[in-house]
Amino acid sequence: MTQFQSKLLDEIKRIISDQRRVLWEEHDLYSYSFDASFGTYLPDVVVQPVTTDEVVKLVKFANQYKIPITPRGHSTCLSGGPLPVQGGIVCDMSKMNQKLLIDEEDLVAIVSPGVLTSQIHKAAEEKGLMYPPDPSSSGVSTIGGNLAENSGGPRGLKYGVTKDYVIGLEVVTPEGEVIRTGGRTVKNVTGYDLTKLIVGSEGTLGIITEAILRLIPKPPASETLMAIFDDLVDSGRAISKVLSSGILPSKLELMDQASIAAVENYEPCGLPTDAEAILLIEVDGHPHAVADEIASVREICKQVGAREIRMAKNDKERQELWKARKLVSPAIAKIKPTKISEDATVPRSKIPDMFKRLKEIRAKYNIDLVVFGHAGDGNLHPNIIADKRDKEEMRRVEQAVSEIFAAAIELGGTLSGEHGIGTMKAPFMEMELGTVGLEMMRRIKKAWDPNNIMNPGKIFPEPGQKLVLTDE
Amino acid sequence: MNKTETVENKLTDLKKTLAYYETFSCVQCGYCLPACPTYQTMGKETHSPRGRINLVKMTAEGKLTNLNLLADSIDKCLGCRACETACPTGVRYGKIYESAKSLLHLREEESSPSKGWKNILLHSVIPNKKRLNRLANFVWFYQKSGLQKIARHSGFLRLLPNHLGEFEALLPTLPSPVERAKRPVRFPAQGKPKYRVAFFTGCVMDAIFEKINRLSMQLLQKAGCEVVMIEGETCCGALHAHTGDLETAKQLAKQNITAFEQAANREPLDFIVNNAGGCGAMLIEYDHLFRGDPEWEPRARTFVEKTRDISQVLTMTGPLPIVKQTNQKKEVVTYQRSCHMTNVQKVTKEPLQLIRSIPGIELREMENPDKCCGSAGIYNIVNYNESMDILDDKMSTVKNTGATTIITTNPGCLLQMKMGIIREGLQDKVRAVHLVELLAEACGIEI
Repeated sequence: MTQFQSKLLDEIKRIISDQRRVLWEEHDLYSYSFDASFGTYLPDVVVQPVTTDEVVKLVKFANQYKIPITPRGHSTCLSGGPLPVQGGIVCDMSKMNQKLLIDEEDLVAIVSPGVLTSQIHKAAEEKGLMYPPDPSSSGVSTIGGNLAENSGGPRGLKYGVTKDYVIGLEVVTPEGEVIRTGGRTVKNVTGYDLTKLIVGSEGTLGIITEAILRLIPKPPASETLMAIFDDLVDSGRAISKVLSSGILPSKLELMDQASIAAVENYEPCGLPTDAEAILLIEVDGHPHAVADEIASVREICKQVGAREIRMAKNDKERQELWKARKLVSPAIAKIKPTKISEDATVPRSKIPDMFKRLKEIRAKYNIDLVVFGHAGDGNLHPNIIADKRDKEEMRRVEQAVSEIFAAAIELGGTLSGEHGIGTMKAPFMEMELGTVGLEMMRRIKKAWDPNNIMNPGKIFPEPGQKLVLTDE
Repeated sequence: MNKTETVENKLTDLKKTLAYYETFSCVQCGYCLPACPTYQTMGKETHSPRGRINLVKMTAEGKLTNLNLLADSIDKCLGCRACETACPTGVRYGKIYESAKSLLHLREEESSPSKGWKNILLHSVIPNKKRLNRLANFVWFYQKSGLQKIARHSGFLRLLPNHLGEFEALLPTLPSPVERAKRPVRFPAQGKPKYRVAFFTGCVMDAIFEKINRLSMQLLQKAGCEVVMIEGETCCGALHAHTGDLETAKQLAKQNITAFEQAANREPLDFIVNNAGGCGAMLIEYDHLFRGDPEWEPRARTFVEKTRDISQVLTMTGPLPIVKQTNQKKEVVTYQRSCHMTNVQKVTKEPLQLIRSIPGIELREMENPDKCCGSAGIYNIVNYNESMDILDDKMSTVKNTGATTIITTNPGCLLQMKMGIIREGLQDKVRAVHLVELLAEACGIEI
């Protein structure tokens, strides 16, 4: 143990009574050194608070001695948010999961940050309600992490993302004070909207210790169809035609030829490997409306030139159709082990242009690039499959990723639709926001966190920082 | 190169000894966390699947040098492999885990070769049918002679190490040496013969749960199978593989494969049937054990292709000849799955189908029925406290079902469930049985 560590531990053990929630041995530190993105950063100590009071004392201590403190949930993050890049304290919030209240009258859920997103889904559904944001990691991700990163998911098209459902927060500021933002009302225009500022701030402005989430009535029915296209551009036209026809699908997912081939190779599902694109479209709502809408969607796909349309007649068939989409991740992991999942997003109208650009980038850098994602909201999820041990390949991937970002921004889009900036996209911030735009954000950070202890090294690039996807 | 040098090489060339390249297929997404029983009860990444994989990687790369710390993480793993089922990218955790176990085993051998009760049990008793029988006969004598009463009253049992005294209470009444010797080596099929099957008796299963083995063979017989025993079979090697001793596991596998080949040469055999989820999982991975071995891999594959769990065979033979009265009071049962049967053998539907085929039985599933009970080979003896935390969680979900019978498909789980019943003080209300016992009861088979 280093001298710094032993001094830290003495203080922290005074704050956290249960010693089992203070981790400092080398193997523990390695276990909190990563997330689902890139890089390994050892903290000096890991603390697992269970009350707001413990968080307050911990943050006050860190602020007094200017020790970096990085909050984290289950660390499923794809952008580096929970990485302790400057060491110090990792504050594991996943043990703070005591509260999950559903208030049917106010249509809200009041939750502790360590509660799993899927537990909120379940609790709401038991009362006939719905919490719409459903990132694919919802079975393991904590709501605190979702709030910090402003997570999305396939329902974003119709229902929006996490920020659209947060109306109140309890936050421990970087100086260790407790504030409440927003409240239990849908309408609230009192002062600056600090709730929205904190959501998506990636743990750089404070630690969320409680949240009030808005719920909506659960749609009673849903229908799904799969449309297969010979031409990628046709599928793009189908998307815009459906969306301009007065129908707002709850999910609109796309698989390109590379992902279709990967799935068929991995576990044959009867998909045509010569097709250029598959769309999976789900509508939800009142049973009568849903039946009408799915029929219209089918008609539109046919008109645009879909080669085949498969409708699900029951729940089992519905699951069959979605299975192909679910298999993409395991299927492409078989090609090469390293997956770089990007979430650059473009306006809907630019989806076909983005496809073209991705195709060019794939050829230019000779990389394995597959596209499957939330096509309906322009959040395409280009995924690059590579091998981390191949340094030369990783250099090409780094360049390709930079070019994907540039393409998205040129087309009027954004670096990140739902994964956050973290360490991975920090070098590109100025490209999207401009010097002044980024500087205004820096000023906010400085006002909230004068000692720069709260998750330092995220969002804002260090001078000359570049994207690095190799360990050395 | 002498043996010490090889061991030294293995201990220094960590990238080769550990399944280092396998660790790269883990993208650290964390989907395994909710599936992992030790992450749930112990509450830190150090005891999660992706945490363990990362530590193996860090050790292989020479970043984590203290093998005691690796051991702290790896030895607390149940090896239930629920993480493999949850994994979206198909990481072969079992392979990574076994490589780490094997490294730690080598290191242990280096520092204290062939010492300790674990070693004696694994190397001198379990693979030796005669010694196992002698041990079983001693237990029979202990139970019948009054020694058991004395031991229980004297408080002697509390003095045993590793809480073994508590496990003593779980032992079923064993058959006498005479009864044991009378067991036939062939059970002819009743009715029209459908299959001829070899029955894999196992080691612990045959010593402690001989009754369940016998019921299994009679059930198969009633279902239309001719059942033969395999002369020369031995322990499947699962316990050895899980403690990292792959060499012994391979030796045992070779002995079993050879014994089966000899039996199959005498008469054609359709299947090799076992009734223990953990053993079955080991048997169906024999080909993995010999991957790349030109002689043994194909021989192992033939063996694997014939291997079945008893529930699979009983489902193939058609409806069971059930004689149970339906006017009896409804019995509420719950089914605690064997992890290795679910996650490795992937046998999930057949046991449910068989349970549901018994009239007068209501199956009420517990929450997270796939979650390990904490038995895991000898985990509950080696890591008693951790195991009991997992068991207590499990029992709270069992209690919520209101079931009076807990069904299992593996001897370890069966003992652990019996332990859980005692810990909850439910001895008078709840029983734990092997699926075979329940089916035999319904078919009117008694011993």
